[in-house]
Amino acid sequence: MMKPEVYRSLGLSDKEYRNILKILKRKPTNTELAMFSVEWSEHCGYLHSRKWLKTLPKTGRYKALIGEDSGGIILDGLAIIFKMESHNHPSQLEPKQGAATGVGGIIRDIFTAGARPVALLDSLRFGPLAQAYNKYLFTGVVDGIQFYGNCVGVPTVGGEIYFDESYNGNCLVNAMCIGIAKKDALVRARAHGLGNPIMYVGSSTGRDGIGGCSILASHEFKAGEEKRPTVQIGDPFTEKCLIEATLEAINTGHVVGIKDMGAAGLTCCTSEMASAGNSGMDIELQAVPRREENMEPWEVMMSESQERMLVCIKKGKEEQIKKIFFKWGLNASVIGQVTGDGLVTIRDNGKIVAKVKAHSLTKAPVYDMPYKKPRYLRKLNKLALSKILKPKDYNKILLRLLAGPSITNKAWVYEQYDHMVGTNTVVLPGSDAAVLRLKGTNKAIAATCDCNSRYCFLDPYRGAQIAVAEAARNLVCSGAHPAAVTDCLNFGNPRKPESFWQFKNCVQGIADTCRVFNIAVVSGNVSFYNESPRSAINPTPTIGMIGVIKDVAKTCSQNFKEEGDSVILLGYCREELGASEYLKEIHRVTAGRAPQLDLRLEQAVQKTALEAIGKGLVNSAHDCSEGGLAAALAECCVSNKDKMIGANINNLYYNMRADALLFGESQSRIILSCAKDSVEKVRKIALRFKAPFCVIGRTGGRFLKILNGIKELIYLPIEDLSEQWRGSLKKRIEG
Amino acid sequence: MKFGVVVFPGSNCDQDCLYVTRDVLKQSVKYIWHKDTNLDGLDCVILPGGFSYGDYLRTGAIARFSAVMKSIAGFARKGGTVIGICNGFQILLEAGLLPGVMLRNKGLHFICKHVYIKTENNQTRFTNLYDRGQVLKMPVAHNEGNYYIDAAGLKDLKDNNQIIFRYCSPEGELSGQFNPNGALDNIAGIINKKGNVLGMMPHPERSSEKQLGTEDGCFIFKSIVKWLQMRKA
Repeated sequence: MMKPEVYRSLGLSDKEYRNILKILKRKPTNTELAMFSVEWSEHCGYLHSRKWLKTLPKTGRYKALIGEDSGGIILDGLAIIFKMESHNHPSQLEPKQGAATGVGGIIRDIFTAGARPVALLDSLRFGPLAQAYNKYLFTGVVDGIQFYGNCVGVPTVGGEIYFDESYNGNCLVNAMCIGIAKKDALVRARAHGLGNPIMYVGSSTGRDGIGGCSILASHEFKAGEEKRPTVQIGDPFTEKCLIEATLEAINTGHVVGIKDMGAAGLTCCTSEMASAGNSGMDIELQAVPRREENMEPWEVMMSESQERMLVCIKKGKEEQIKKIFFKWGLNASVIGQVTGDGLVTIRDNGKIVAKVKAHSLTKAPVYDMPYKKPRYLRKLNKLALSKILKPKDYNKILLRLLAGPSITNKAWVYEQYDHMVGTNTVVLPGSDAAVLRLKGTNKAIAATCDCNSRYCFLDPYRGAQIAVAEAARNLVCSGAHPAAVTDCLNFGNPRKPESFWQFKNCVQGIADTCRVFNIAVVSGNVSFYNESPRSAINPTPTIGMIGVIKDVAKTCSQNFKEEGDSVILLGYCREELGASEYLKEIHRVTAGRAPQLDLRLEQAVQKTALEAIGKGLVNSAHDCSEGGLAAALAECCVSNKDKMIGANINNLYYNMRADALLFGESQSRIILSCAKDSVEKVRKIALRFKAPFCVIGRTGGRFLKILNGIKELIYLPIEDLSEQWRGSLKKRIEG
Repeated sequence: MKFGVVVFPGSNCDQDCLYVTRDVLKQSVKYIWHKDTNLDGLDCVILPGGFSYGDYLRTGAIARFSAVMKSIAGFARKGGTVIGICNGFQILLEAGLLPGVMLRNKGLHFICKHVYIKTENNQTRFTNLYDRGQVLKMPVAHNEGNYYIDAAGLKDLKDNNQIIFRYCSPEGELSGQFNPNGALDNIAGIINKKGNVLGMMPHPERSSEKQLGTEDGCFIFKSIVKWLQMRKA
């Protein structure tokens, strides 16, 4: 009998170990134990989440593609492949390399499908910048993304950055990659065809990252723990060569299947490729290119060295494929072949060190976890508006909100990222969604990622619904039809019923809302155990969404374009301040419930905006989100620094608190601007879709002026708005 | 006209340069692998941006030893047209085909954004379609664009009208405020004495189509085509 310390130190429970004994009908070898420990880790095996992930819709209005490691949609003859993945724990320990390898890993998931990576987005969350360690994390993560993304030549075109106390001690780094392929050129992560060679390509194998997924990603942080050796080191130059070599190899038509050696490295690739192909594999570890001496077989199987892949190719084509990888200065070595016995057989110098059924490794146990609504919500969800003091000077409040870390312009970050390489970026970062043209067609795709985790904390189901609705709204504002979703689900410890309740409700919120929008969830990732010694993070189901623009000439962005245009509000304002940025930033209150969401209203508003943009009637479109109507209008005024335009909003007649009108975060609102003679046409569209429509004012001048009735609430020079919105992040970082 | 776009391991603007010359300018173009040495039949060689050899050691420091660089030096000696963009400019400096060096940006950050540059010399094969003093909008994207040369070298550049582009305001004002990287004398692009080798940090291939927000860069390629056509005629 193996000592419990051994398997427990690898992250396996007593029950899981007994299960392994039952499967093997004998004691596992060290290598087998290591293999089970990584394949049955939360990160690879989705033990706690799988039951609920099954409820997500897998079909939608665009034909969905669901692969082993990524998913996508079909658009004419093209496949748009995309996925978002977390690299939270490594980034918390070593922000630069953690973020860099997160980017590297997600790019590999895309090009191993045969798609050329064309864009990256990142959703980042940290504790408040006032704490020195959070500043270190934030600047380190940005540095890691620029270090990797810029060199590898994939533009970072969008994303989101939030700061909240709940991320103290556990930051979130979610990276999303989009790739394009001809639809017939896609490759799966499968090995089949008796006797077909299994080839190892890319970097050599070292001891870096051993146990990254089982030890690091599948447990929460405890005070004083030293986990840095489990973080991998990235080499974007090698990855760039690997992209080119892999796509060239796939192009020969001789590649049967291919998979990135990411989490759980060679273990994951051998067992999952064999399992997905209903085959077996016989591997000789001595053939694995190495960068360190005297590695034990289990170390080779567990290593998470970066920029490596396993490829199954057609027999007889070994030399042709090797030549391509050699040309790019990469390793390529045949390390085994496909067998028909369904077993993963691992040899070291001919001696068998592991022999396990591939299916048994990949069918990790599924746990049905208990869940319970947290008690604290009963109190937190109650918000007595009467107890929130009404501010005297709304101008000051607006300026403070614009300068707040979550709303402020993020140019300090995205100007460090090459967001133009590839010459596809038609709408640059800083608008509601990034837009990429599809060369050779007149279409474009738009991409965004969204999640307001404060909403999810106070109401997980509705918060997740809003994340989907807002992502769709952002795409619509760029002129895109929402098409498909990837989700990156960041939560606390699933063994805590309160955490699991958050998870379950968020997944249900995503599933239900995607069904209403008729869009599929084509790929995703779950990251549990996001807890610091003090507490769990806010539940954060980040939604990455792709949309389709049918005519690239009809894209739209958020900034006002012309003086004298009419400003239109689609949707309407409710008196709701719960969970708002305003309450948090100004009153230091996190309470109430997430704003209401009426999906029928949401769709009416989105359809109106889409049709108006599609018909070329509209000059700008912007979603109202954090900071409400006032912040959104301010952004419309100043977000093009070469051409800032003021506005006079003088047709609002709401009987409600002024702070709720200005800063409340009612959903389903879009601000449009259009030439005066287009107003009636837009109104007719709104009428047809039954979307609330109101001309609320006019663009022009050097001031943003907002009145409710005849009462002036906001009167500010656009230069002041711009200064607060534009300059504050840099000031916070560089002083 | 026949263009060649050099591909080093780590080049990442090679495909964009190919796209512009082939699909926007409708010229014939091919890739030149860094181990190739045959440049026969080419009218213009483009050294594209990117991170050749990962920019490990120092930008362009390894690429200059590539086999193709010897051929490019010979091609330039014979008067062939060479344009180095971003990393390509850095490689030309390392290879000694242009004078000066690149330092890290003064802010110590990678910078990607649109900037304005002033056409200081339009009497070249690269700029004949611009007006003298014309302000162009083009993006930069680099870590090391802080051009430096000693006083004697700078005087030499000025005396020979070798400074082609300078960073400026949208209105054409030259001042430190509009210099994104700290480059000496706001230098954004220079040519060699002979006038057949241009190095520049801004990316003309990213600013050659209206869809991308500016087509100011396109006229560099068009100038080259026009010059070559006139010479051939």
